[in-house]
Amino acid sequence: MASTIKISAKLASDVADVKSLIKHPMETGSRIDPDTGNTIPSNHITQLIFTNNGKQVMVANFSTAVSRNPFFGFSFQGAKAGDTLRLTWVDNNGATDELETQLV
Amino acid sequence: MQFTRRMMMQGGVALAALAMLPRTLLAAAWPQEAFGSTTASQALKAALGTDVITPSDRIDLKVPEIAENGAVVPVSIKTSLENVESISIVVKNNPRPMAASFEIPPGTLPKIASRIKMGETSDVMAVIKTSNGIYSTASQVKVTIGGCGG
Repeated sequence: MASTIKISAKLASDVADVKSLIKHPMETGSRIDPDTGNTIPSNHITQLIFTNNGKQVMVANFSTAVSRNPFFGFSFQGAKAGDTLRLTWVDNNGATDELETQLV
Repeated sequence: MQFTRRMMMQGGVALAALAMLPRTLLAAAWPQEAFGSTTASQALKAALGTDVITPSDRIDLKVPEIAENGAVVPVSIKTSLENVESISIVVKNNPRPMAASFEIPPGTLPKIASRIKMGETSDVMAVIKTSNGIYSTASQVKVTIGGCGG
């Protein structure tokens, strides 16, 4: 299954600058389907968890007010080339995906 | 009331999904009550224990003055405050003002960039919790087409 996640991680000295883009509809649960007239059920990422070499470096808690196909950027120290950065997301329906990348 | 039950079910499913993650990845619980709150004051009390916040000029909040598309409003926050524990984005006039919150472990820089939905013109607040207290700054974003889709 194709990954829903794209990560770009740039190292400058010991700081990793991370940008992530995740494919997800982030439905609020209030939107009405123009064809059927029915309300589209809520379907949104609730958490992103980033670890570097297994150590948590960020947890992002999302409500339905985060935009569709969420973009998220952050930075952390103590990073070095060869580190394994992992992003895991989970949504309110129990779906999940994750991606690992090596810092260069 | 019905709205509250749905949020609780969603929170329950989200928590169940989190319980299935490997133990090493378990994060703090999703702040369900804060995200379900319908006023900024309730959301802040639920998330941070208080709505009493000190304005700070050490928080750099970047949002557009005018957002043509309320469905995709870029927000960047960084701060020179020390010992930051969390950063939250609160959109005062959204139906549920708490949009997102970010846990900042030691070693992670106190800065984030994301994109949020806004239903109408509103102040957007960046709320920073440090070991010394809770600080915020706010900017108004004018929204021409609302982005909540309801």
